[in-house]
Amino acid sequence: MTVFEVKEGISLALTAVRTHKMRSFLTVLGVLIGVASVIGMVSIITGLNNSMAEQIESLGSNVIYISQYEMVHFGGLSAEERRRKDITAEHAEAIGEYCPSVGAVSPENHYWARGGNQVKYKDNKANRPAVVGVWPDYEIVNNCFAVEGRFFTEGNINFRATVTILGNDVKEALFPNLDPIGKQVRINGKKFTVVGVMEKKPKFLGESQDNYVLIPLSTYKRTYPEDKALTLLARPVSPELTDKAIDEITQLLRRMRGVPYDKPDDFAISTQEDLMDMYKRITGAIYLVMVVISSIGLLVGGVGVMNIMLVSVTERTREIGIRKAVGARKRNILWQFLIEAMTLSGSGGLLGIVIGLLLGEFVGAVTPLAAGVSVFWIILGFSFSVSVGLVFGIYPAYRAARLDPIVSLRYE
Amino acid sequence: MLIRTQDLWKIYEMGREKVNALREVSLEIEKGEYAAIMGPSGSGKSTLMNLIGCLDTPTKGDYYLNDKLVSQMNDDELARIRNKEIGFVFQTFNLLARATAAHNVELPLVYNGTESEVRKRKAREALKMVDLEDRATHKPNELSGGERQRVALARALVNNPALILADEPTGNLDTKTGHEIMNIFKKLHRQGNTLIIVTHEHDIATYADRIIYIRDGAIEKEERKKN
Repeated sequence: MTVFEVKEGISLALTAVRTHKMRSFLTVLGVLIGVASVIGMVSIITGLNNSMAEQIESLGSNVIYISQYEMVHFGGLSAEERRRKDITAEHAEAIGEYCPSVGAVSPENHYWARGGNQVKYKDNKANRPAVVGVWPDYEIVNNCFAVEGRFFTEGNINFRATVTILGNDVKEALFPNLDPIGKQVRINGKKFTVVGVMEKKPKFLGESQDNYVLIPLSTYKRTYPEDKALTLLARPVSPELTDKAIDEITQLLRRMRGVPYDKPDDFAISTQEDLMDMYKRITGAIYLVMVVISSIGLLVGGVGVMNIMLVSVTERTREIGIRKAVGARKRNILWQFLIEAMTLSGSGGLLGIVIGLLLGEFVGAVTPLAAGVSVFWIILGFSFSVSVGLVFGIYPAYRAARLDPIVSLRYE
Repeated sequence: MLIRTQDLWKIYEMGREKVNALREVSLEIEKGEYAAIMGPSGSGKSTLMNLIGCLDTPTKGDYYLNDKLVSQMNDDELARIRNKEIGFVFQTFNLLARATAAHNVELPLVYNGTESEVRKRKAREALKMVDLEDRATHKPNELSGGERQRVALARALVNNPALILADEPTGNLDTKTGHEIMNIFKKLHRQGNTLIIVTHEHDIATYADRIIYIRDGAIEKEERKKN
């Protein structure tokens, strides 16, 4: 096979594609969908990776989350889960006291009023921020500190002080050009004195993480007594002690909550690693869906290519006869039709790549995901689409190559 | 001796019946000869032409082309012989509809790996021989019947074959155009080409120096023009 034959094969194929635009498009639709789904999904996953994984990393590798239920829950709660007791401040205190590997522990409770929390200063309103009840160790555990004013003291907790620390978004909304320290704001109608402003956190999935106000947990309990379930955040003394800290917390909580030795934990402990695992499971599932869709697409596309190539061989029987009469060998004809099949499916693949990239761009534009796709996947998508033409083109090309020149020359 | 056949048989099996398309055909054609094979339809002249043209192999017997035993060759070897030694002209022209005249003429050169520049030059020369250089970029459907047949002739000539084999070359042309084509054949013969024309029209056959009559798969008689 010469370079010229390849070039001629491709140009013949492109002519055929141009003459039968609709037919060719329908033929390669499967290939197109297959490749587009690969490129689209990959770019979305890349986007997820870029934001999500980074965010999970930024949570800190050594924060331990203790909660009543698993952080990510599939399906409804089981009977056992519904019977679970709340996680309370007593648990947090005990962890701080009896777990030597835990350096700091901070319970948190988030309040979500119906219709959103109202936080106001004079006429300025914040955009429905979260109200979070915390302990002084919040700063250490979350690795996020007050940049103006100060954080809560033990005294604020003990005296259930009506003081608050603002997340950056709330500060911007209520005090665009005023020093907020010492001002009185209303949180769901109740007066609080601003004692500090927290530093800005990086965005998570494009969402600001700074739309919240902190209040002492004791004040929170008195203000919203109906909301008792806490989440505890603990930080081990050093990252190497994470596993040991989890062991200590588990033993302590089982004892405190009276879990029989032969029963599983009635609480959940997770780390950034667990979140990472969860995330990988989700992206793994997306990859699986992608593989299934694209396989079906490529298979359907392949059958379409085979079908249209068989039609093309029949339509061009006479041409094959002419070529054979002037000296084309079997393999010349075989390659001509293989190249044609590959060009056909390859052009479907190229279209698919374009559509997949546009899909990624679209997702990137309407969501905070930084969608994008690497050259590797584009090359892979293209190679796959060409291979489909090769594999499904073999049978039609073989039939063409085997045609008897005399019969084909007489074919009407 | 360019062509030598010895007791060629071609037997087709139609179900249980055996049809002897050719029976013991022994034929010799010298280099530079201009021969016509004549016979009514069903006489076996097309079968003979397919064998001589290396498009088919005989059931029995030997066929030597240029002293090479082609009756024993496989498909790919036959393809090479067709490419190198034989130029075909068909009744229905058999041009590639989507290709230009020049590209059609180049086709045999494509299959022996001739370089693009050489191909273009040779195709131009071949088209010049049939007075069709100015139609090089036209596609077959933009050409008249006579012009199409001239393109086919140029294609047959382009590889400088040992033998030009024409199967009813005037069958799809009006009488005047037919004779124009036959005059080109005459010119080619004068230039030293070996020509075999298969026809059932006597006045076409008389252009040749030698007429071989076929009937019922066997050579019936031969006539030679006296010079």
